[in-house]
Amino acid sequence: MLPLPMQTNHVGYPLIRIENLCKSYSLQDVNGRTITNQVLFNIDLTINQGEFVAIMGHSGSGKSTLMNILGCLDTPTSGSYWLSEKNVATLTNDELARIRNQKIGFVFQGFNLLKRVTALDNVATPLLYAGVGRSQSRKQAAEILRRTGLENFAMHQPNQLSGGQQQRVAISRALINQPPLILADEPTGNLDTQTSREIMLLFQQLNQDQGITIVLVTHEDDIAAYAKRLIRLKDGHIIYDKNNNTETILDKVS
Amino acid sequence: MNLFTIIGEALRALRQNRLRTGLTMLGMIIGVAAVVLMLSIGQGAQTKINQTIAEMGSNLFIVVPGATSSGGFSFGSGSIRTLTIHDAQAIAELPTVGATAPIISGTAQLNYTAKNWSTIITGTTPDYFSVGNWKIESGTTFTESDLRSANRVVVLGSVTAQNLFGGEDPVGKTIRITNRPFLVVGVLMAKGQSLTGRDQDDNIFIPITTSERQITGNQFPGSIRLMLVQCKSADDMDIAEIEITQLLRQRHRIAKGKENDFTVRNLTALADVATGAAKVMSMVLGAIASVSLLVGGIGIMNIMLVSVTERTREIGIRMAIGANQRTILTQFLLEAMMICIMGGLIGLLLGISGAWVVSQVADMLIVITLGMIGLAFLFASAVGIFFGFYPAKKAASLKPVDALRYE
Repeated sequence: MLPLPMQTNHVGYPLIRIENLCKSYSLQDVNGRTITNQVLFNIDLTINQGEFVAIMGHSGSGKSTLMNILGCLDTPTSGSYWLSEKNVATLTNDELARIRNQKIGFVFQGFNLLKRVTALDNVATPLLYAGVGRSQSRKQAAEILRRTGLENFAMHQPNQLSGGQQQRVAISRALINQPPLILADEPTGNLDTQTSREIMLLFQQLNQDQGITIVLVTHEDDIAAYAKRLIRLKDGHIIYDKNNNTETILDKVS
Repeated sequence: MNLFTIIGEALRALRQNRLRTGLTMLGMIIGVAAVVLMLSIGQGAQTKINQTIAEMGSNLFIVVPGATSSGGFSFGSGSIRTLTIHDAQAIAELPTVGATAPIISGTAQLNYTAKNWSTIITGTTPDYFSVGNWKIESGTTFTESDLRSANRVVVLGSVTAQNLFGGEDPVGKTIRITNRPFLVVGVLMAKGQSLTGRDQDDNIFIPITTSERQITGNQFPGSIRLMLVQCKSADDMDIAEIEITQLLRQRHRIAKGKENDFTVRNLTALADVATGAAKVMSMVLGAIASVSLLVGGIGIMNIMLVSVTERTREIGIRMAIGANQRTILTQFLLEAMMICIMGGLIGLLLGISGAWVVSQVADMLIVITLGMIGLAFLFASAVGIFFGFYPAKKAASLKPVDALRYE
């Protein structure tokens, strides 16, 4: 359904490689003493190109922190993270911004669209940051919106769109720079069951047809069921990492 | 992201909050308008003073007789009549000196038909009119031959002429000065007030010889009250002052080590003081107006800081989709600068219109120069950069993960 040019991804090569990664936050208590709160413990993880991974865990399990690190929004305290064979820890802020722009598409639970900016311009913005001119960016954005079925809503602002439509705009925005990786942080958290299903099918399609690697954070089993691989986090440790089997997951639910 | 696109984003952000943008701009508008207005008023005053000085005559010395004292009382300069017409003639021969004009003066009652008028009467030489930068409105000045023959001829100041003759042309008419008939040969063009506020146009001029013998009289014949000395060029003023002093000391036979019995004052130097004072006033006005510009700048910083806090999440989103720190910094800096530049432009127009209104209502000379406009504009942009930088830096240095999580 989305006949975007095929990514030059070689399915099966590692896109994400994490070794011995730790993340801790330090904060000061009322007495001025520094308290260190470790969130991730010695994570080893490899995600190959073309995978569709769901990361699950209760709140406080560290899944969001892991997601932020994967998305180059946050930096690990120790350990290493290679994205497309680049060691993220050694990159400057500008280079990280460039990676977020070129290699990663973000989809958030709260959509995170720019307020009072049309769907078209929302989708076009990453292209502007990539240095493409405004008119060319809009042209490409219009094309993507057409493919996600939102051509009639291009000039609408986010508050004039339904949740599902907003999330489609966000996905369109994530796709516009044709990144090899899409990170989705509870993308269906604010959506009803039917819309959630549509969004998940869209992800599945992007993964299958274009080989885009998708990493999904969710705490809903039926959403995780769309992924091919399931990782469970608990208290900052990976406690489960298997290829997905719908039956077993459903078993676990019951 | 190229600069052009960032400008677009910044403009969009400003448009999204029109009221706030407008109010912030108001600080800038008032500041720039005040600076332009104050500078133009100051500049106007300075120009006015320069005009007055030019009218007074250029490169002038005034030489007055020295002071006398008796029993410890000083009677002030001019209390003895040590200067003479011959001194003036001798000084006129100096190579650096263009012309001299000896002056004796008094007051006199004038009559023309039924009207009478009391005014200052100045006895002088024909050179006085060129030295004092007087222009003739009608008729001529009196001549060297009038001077030699001590003719009863008079040149009227414009106010005196107006008071005695009304609309009538005074040239060729005869007026009576202390009951002696004088032929009016010319009327001077109006000069207005002197720097000290005296009306320079209410006076009459007659040959110094006539005055001495017939009108003011003279205790010591040949002595004068003061003389004007005009230098050939401004560069020679210092040399001329020394030459005049030496010549007079020699003529008055003043021994070495004794005090001068005369004083040479440099009128141009006095004028410089007046110009300097006007310049200081101009600067003080500008400085006061700059304070409002400063307050406007602080207002911009305040609003930009609020804006950065309020838009933290937006900044996070922009960073997540690929904006680097420089782009964020540039956008916020541009927003502040646009407020300043737009406010500056409006303020400029307002300041110029305000200056025009002042010039009409208060009948003041207002001068607006391109330099002033440039200065106000430059200052406005500088305020934008200075006060916009900190909030922009704050926005740019947010961590993406924190900015995104901000509620």
